[in-house]
Amino acid sequence: MNNGRKHGPQIVGVEKPKDLKMALKKLFKSLNKYKNKIFVALLLAVFGSILTLIAPNKLSDLVDEISKGLFLNKEKLEIVTKEITSNISEDSFKIIVPEILDLKIDQTSTYKILNSNIINQNDKDKYMDFLNKLKVSNGLQYTLKYILELPTSITNIILPISNYNGIEINTEDKILFINIMNEDKESIDLKSMPNSINKILFPESIIENRVITTKDKVSFISVMSSIDEEYNVNELYSNIDKLPINIKEIIEPKINLDIVKYITVFLIIVYLLNSIFSYTGYFIMTTVANRYAKGLRTKISNKINKLPLKYFDNNTTGDVLSRVTNDVDMISQSLNQSLDTIVSSAALLFGSLIMMFYTNWIMAITAIISSLFGFVFMAIVLKKSQKYFFQRQENLGKLNGHIEEIYSGLNVVKVYNGVEDSNKQFDLFNKEVYETSRKSQFFSGLMQPMMIFIGNFGYVAVCIVGALLTMNDVISFGVIVAFIMYVRLFTQPMARIAQALTTLQGAAASTERVFEFVDEKEMIDESNIKKILKRKDVEGNIEFENVSFGYEEDKTIIKDFSAKALPGQKIAIVGPTGAGKTTMVNLLMKFYDVNNGDIKIDGKSIKELKRENVHSLFTMVLQDTWLFNGTIKENIIYNHKDVDDETLQKICETVGIDHFIKTLPNGYDSLISDNDSVSAGQRQLLTIARGMINNAPLLILDEATSNVDTRTEELVQKAMDKITEGKTSFIIAHRLSTIKNADLILVMKDGNIIEQGKHKDLINKNGFYAELYNSQFTKQGIN
Amino acid sequence: MIKLIKNLSKRDWIFIFISIGLIVVQVWLDLKMPDYMSEVTKLVQTEGSKIEEIIVQGIYMLLCALGSLLAAIVVGYLISNIGASFSMRTRKKLFNKVESLGMEEIKLFKTSSLITRTTNDITNIEMFVIMGLQLLIKSPITVIWAVTKILNKSWQWSALTAGIVVILLIFIGIMIMLVIPKFKIIQKLIDKLNEVTRENLTGIRVVRAFNAEDYQEKKFEVVNNDLTKLQMFTQRMMSIMQPLMFLLMYFLTLFIYVIGANLIKDALMVDRLNIFGDMIVFSSYAIQVIMSFLMLAFVFIFLPRAQVSAKRINEVFNTHSKIIDGKIDKSVTKEKGTIEFKNVSFKYPDAEEYLLKNISFKINKGETVAFIGSTGSGKSTLINLIPRFYDATDGEVIVDGLNVKEYNSKFLYNKLGYVTQKAVIFNGSVSYNVNYGDNGKKGKKAIKEAIKIAQAEDFVLKMEDKYDYHLAANGTNLSGGQKQRISIARAIARNPEIYIFDDSFSALDYKTDSILRKELKKYTKESTNLIVATRIGTIMDADKIIVLDKGECVGIGTHKELLNSCKVYKEIALSQLSKEELENE
Repeated sequence: MNNGRKHGPQIVGVEKPKDLKMALKKLFKSLNKYKNKIFVALLLAVFGSILTLIAPNKLSDLVDEISKGLFLNKEKLEIVTKEITSNISEDSFKIIVPEILDLKIDQTSTYKILNSNIINQNDKDKYMDFLNKLKVSNGLQYTLKYILELPTSITNIILPISNYNGIEINTEDKILFINIMNEDKESIDLKSMPNSINKILFPESIIENRVITTKDKVSFISVMSSIDEEYNVNELYSNIDKLPINIKEIIEPKINLDIVKYITVFLIIVYLLNSIFSYTGYFIMTTVANRYAKGLRTKISNKINKLPLKYFDNNTTGDVLSRVTNDVDMISQSLNQSLDTIVSSAALLFGSLIMMFYTNWIMAITAIISSLFGFVFMAIVLKKSQKYFFQRQENLGKLNGHIEEIYSGLNVVKVYNGVEDSNKQFDLFNKEVYETSRKSQFFSGLMQPMMIFIGNFGYVAVCIVGALLTMNDVISFGVIVAFIMYVRLFTQPMARIAQALTTLQGAAASTERVFEFVDEKEMIDESNIKKILKRKDVEGNIEFENVSFGYEEDKTIIKDFSAKALPGQKIAIVGPTGAGKTTMVNLLMKFYDVNNGDIKIDGKSIKELKRENVHSLFTMVLQDTWLFNGTIKENIIYNHKDVDDETLQKICETVGIDHFIKTLPNGYDSLISDNDSVSAGQRQLLTIARGMINNAPLLILDEATSNVDTRTEELVQKAMDKITEGKTSFIIAHRLSTIKNADLILVMKDGNIIEQGKHKDLINKNGFYAELYNSQFTKQGIN
Repeated sequence: MIKLIKNLSKRDWIFIFISIGLIVVQVWLDLKMPDYMSEVTKLVQTEGSKIEEIIVQGIYMLLCALGSLLAAIVVGYLISNIGASFSMRTRKKLFNKVESLGMEEIKLFKTSSLITRTTNDITNIEMFVIMGLQLLIKSPITVIWAVTKILNKSWQWSALTAGIVVILLIFIGIMIMLVIPKFKIIQKLIDKLNEVTRENLTGIRVVRAFNAEDYQEKKFEVVNNDLTKLQMFTQRMMSIMQPLMFLLMYFLTLFIYVIGANLIKDALMVDRLNIFGDMIVFSSYAIQVIMSFLMLAFVFIFLPRAQVSAKRINEVFNTHSKIIDGKIDKSVTKEKGTIEFKNVSFKYPDAEEYLLKNISFKINKGETVAFIGSTGSGKSTLINLIPRFYDATDGEVIVDGLNVKEYNSKFLYNKLGYVTQKAVIFNGSVSYNVNYGDNGKKGKKAIKEAIKIAQAEDFVLKMEDKYDYHLAANGTNLSGGQKQRISIARAIARNPEIYIFDDSFSALDYKTDSILRKELKKYTKESTNLIVATRIGTIMDADKIIVLDKGECVGIGTHKELLNSCKVYKEIALSQLSKEELENE
C-alpha cells in the first residue's frame, strides 16, 4: 500500500546496494526517456519550495498587522490630551478666569450698591467689609474666596450676566464656578460645572477631522483624571474603553483591514499555487514512475524468453519473480517519493539557509547549530534502528522458515513425535524475533518525537539569542518571527532528505538486481540465419554426429555420441532418475548448443537453423505437465491460431479427453486451477492434446509414470501411441513395451549415454540395460 | 481484532495503562507548550522585557519539550514491547494450534495459507497494534483536551476548525471509499502478474518449444497494463492527500488570523491583547486537533487490512480438531504389530460420498501388506486412519488389539514408522533428518545403518560433509529419489513396530526400489509393513495385496491369486506389464 506518503519520518531498513554510484547511474541513465518530465516535476517542486519560503514572512506580516491593533497610540493620546486641556493649563487658566467672571469691583459698582434702595444696610456693610479685606490682601484668589461670603444682592451687581465669545454667563453660573474653584480639591469636578463655563473652557474643536464636543472633552477629562498615577495597562485600557466614541476613535490603535485583506488574498494565492505545484509535480512523478515501472516489467518479461535455459538451471523462479514485483515496485515507489522530496527539500534547505544568512548571520548560526545538534543524535538513532531492523528481518526469516518447514511436514512431525522439538526450536526463534522486533520498533519510533524536540529546541534558541540581539538593537522583532519560521523550514527537510536517501538506497539495490537480470547475456543472435526448413519438407531423418556436450565447459557428460534415426522410427531414452534424459531433449530442441559434433535434421545442421525453426519442427510433451490458469480450451489451443471448435473437439476425442471435459460444469470453458478436479493423468492428456494441435513432423515424448490412475494411464498410452504414428519420435520411456518395440534405445546414466542399440542386442550385451531391465522381474524385494 | 486483543498479557495491560498515563502527561505537556511559546513571543515583542525572563520562559518551554520527548520515548519503548510480545504470544498460540489440527482441518485451510497466517498476518497485526495503540490513545486525548481548551474562545474559530475537520473527514472518507477497494484489486493483479511470470518460467521449455514467446509476452502485457493503470490511479489519488492536507492547515491558520483581526478590531481595548493571545494559542491547538483527526483517519485506513488478517487468524483459532487424544500410554495387550480394520467406512464430514466403504482386514505381526488401486480409490486415506490423521466415520481401526482412539497419540506414534508420498526434508544435516523426532535417537551407528538400508549411503558418502551435510529446507539440494531415500532412512532409524509407506518408492528407479525393499525386509523381519503403491513391480511379492476401487475392497490375496480372481488387479497389472511379461512369471 502506498498511502502514508511522507507523514513523519518512518525509517525502514533497506538493503544496501553493492555499488551505489553505479546503480544510481544506471537508474538515471535508464530514466533518460523521461528526463523532460522529471525536469518539469522537479522544477515545480523547487517552485513549491520557494512559495513555502515566502508564505511564513507574509504570515508574520499579517500577525504584525494584527498586533498593531493591540497597543494604544500614546502620541495621539498626548496630542488629544494637550488639545483638550489647552484652556485649563495654569497659564491659560489665569488669563481665562477673569475673562469669564468679568468682575465689576469698581467705583460704579460701589456707588450702585451703596445707593441702592433694594439692598439692605446689612448687605451694604458686608460689601464694605469685603472691600476692606481686599485692601489688606489683594489677589484673585482672595477676591474669589471673599466673594462667596457676599449676599446675592451684591453678587448680582459685581458679577453681572456677561457674554464671553457669544456665550452668556449668568451670575449663578459664575458663583458656582467660583465655588468649584475654591474647593480644595486636586482635580476639578467638571460634572458640576455649569454648562456655559464648560463651553468656554472646552470649546468644541476639531482634532484629526473629528468634531470633539464640549461634552466629549468633559467626559475625557473625567475618565482620564480617574486614573491613578501608577496605573497598569489593563486599567488604562479599560478606561479608554469608557471614552466618548469620537475621542476613542482618534487614540484607539487600528488594524489596517486593507492590509489584512491584501495579505490574505496574497497568501491564499500562494497556498493554492503551492498546492497546485506540488500536486502537479507529484502527478507527473507518479506518471513517470508507473510508466517506468511498467517498462521495466515488460523488459524483464521479455528478457525471460531471450535468456538461455542454462540461466534457469542456476536461478530459481522465486528470484526472477521477486525482481518483477518487489524490486520494480521498490524502484517505482522511491522514484515516486524520494526524487521530488530530495529536490524540494534541498531547495527548502538551501533557500532557508540563504534567507537566514541574508537576514542575520548570528541568528543563522544559532539556528543551524541548534538543529545540527539534534541531527547528530538522530543519525545515531537511525544507525541503531537500521541495525536492529536487519537483525529482525533475519530472525523473522529464520522463524518463518521453521514455520514453513513444520507446516509442510506436519504429518511427519506428528508421527515422529517431533512436536516438542519443533516447539523448542520455535520458541527460540520466536524469542529472537521478539527481542530484535521490539528494539527495532523502539528505535524507529524514536525518530518522530526527536524531530519535534529538535524543532522546539531550535525555537527556544532562536528566541533567546534573538531577544538578546533585539535588546542591543542589532535586529528588529520581525527578524525573530522570521527566524522562528526558518528554523522549522530548516529542520523539516533534513529529516525528509535523510529518509528519501534511505529509500533511494533501497531502490539502488533493487536497480542492481533488476539490471543484473536485464543485462544478463542473451542467447546468441540468429537474425543472420536465413535458411528455413519448412515443416512440410521434413522427412524425419535425425542424425547425431559425434556429439559432445556438457552443461559446464569443463565437464563433458556426453562424449562423441553418434546415432541415426530414420523417418518414423521410435527412439527410446531410458535410465534411472536423474540420469540426464532431459539433456537429450535439450539438445534436440536446441535449448542448448552442442559443444562439438552436430545434430542434423534431414541432413541440415540445426546450427544453421533458427531456434524458432527447430522448435516448430517438434512436438514436445513432457511428463511435467504444464498447464496455466485459464480455461481448458485456452490451455489446449495455446498460441495456435485459427483452431476452430470442431478441430479442437476432434483432437480431444482422439486423445480420449473429450468425455472428461464434457463432464466438467463449463465444458471446454472450465477453468483449470490448482484444485483437484483435474487429475495428473488428465493433465497429461491435455498436454498431449496441445501437442497434437501442434502437429509437427517430429516428436519428443515423456511417458507418464507413477501418480496416474490405471485407467487414465491406459488412455494416456493410447493417446501417445496415436500421436507417434508415422513420426520420428524420441520417447523418454518407462514402459517395458515401449522399450522393447523401440527402433533404438539410448541408455543413460549419470548424464551420459552409456549404451545404445536395440532391446535384444542390449540384453545380450548383459550390461547396465540388462540389469535395469531384469530388476523388474527377478523375485525381488518383499519376500 | 477484539478477539485477538485477549492475547495481551497482564504485563502488556499494565504497560498499556502506564502508557495511557504517560500519554496524558505528554499531551498535557504538548498543550502547555504553546502557552510558554506565546509567553516567549509576547516577551520578545514587548519592549523592555528582561532577557532573564525570556530565558526562564524558554527553559520552561524546553522542559515541557524534553518532558514530552521523554514521555514519548518511554511510551515508544512500552508500546514496542507490547507489540512484540503480543505478536510473539499470538504467533506461538497459533503455531501450537496449527500443530494440534488434524489433516482434515489443515486440508481445509491449505498449508500455504496457514503459513501466511502464522507469518505475514501476525506481522500485519503487530504493526497495527503498535500504530493503533499510539494513535488510538493519543489522538482522542489530544482532541478532547485541546478542544476543551479552545472551545469557549470564540464560536467563529470553533466553527472554522469544525468546518475544516469535516472537510478533511469527508475527503478521507471519499479516499477510503475510492482507493481502498482498488488496493485489493491491485493485490490481485500483482498476484496475476506473478502467476503469468511464474507460468512462463516454469513452462519455459514448453513456451519455447511452441514458439509461444510472443503469446506469453502479450499475456504479461495485458496484466502489466491493467496493473499500471490502476496503480497510477490510486497513487495519483493518494498524492492529493499531502497537498490538500497542507492546504487545509495553512488555510486554517490563515483564517483564524483573519477572524482574529476582525474580532480584535471590534473588541474593547482591554480585551484585545487577550483575544490576540487566544488567537495564537488557538491556531496551534487547532493544528493539533486537525493532526489528531488525521492520525485517527490513518488508523481507519489501515484497519481494514489488519481486520482481514485478524479474521484469518481467528478462523484458525476457532477451528478445533475433531481428533481427541486417548489416555492409554503403555502396552496393555500382548499383541505387537497387528492391525485390524473392522467394517471401516470414512467420509469427509460435509461430503455425501464415502471415500472408504466397509473395509475389513487383519494384518499379523511381520506381514507385508500392499494397497493398490487407481487415484481416488482411497488407499492413502485408508492408511492415514492408522496414525489418526483422520478418524473412521464408522467401524474400528485396531492396532495391537486396541482401537486407535484409545491411545495417547505420542504412544501410538512411537509404534509407527511413516513415510509420506512427498518426501519431507528438514533444514538440517543428514543425521538430523534421519534421527528426527522422539524415539529415534539411536546414535551414530544406527543412523549410518538406516542410511545404508535405505540405499542412501552411496550418495551421502559422496557429499561434502557426508552425514553432516546440510540439507536445505524442502531438500532443494537433493534429487527426488534422494529425498525419498532419506525419509525412508528416517523411518528405519526408529525401528518401529509398523512401517507405513505411502507411495514412498515412486521417485526411485526400479533397481534401487527393488534393492531397497530387499534390504529392508532383511532388517525388519519383526516389523509389519504397509505399502501403498501404484507400481505393480513394487508390490508383487507382498504377503497380502489389498485392491481398492472407489473406496471398496475388491480383492485381498497374493499377486498370483489376484491375477486370477480380481479383475481390477489384472487390469492394473496389464497396463504396466505386457501380457507376455506377466506370463513370464
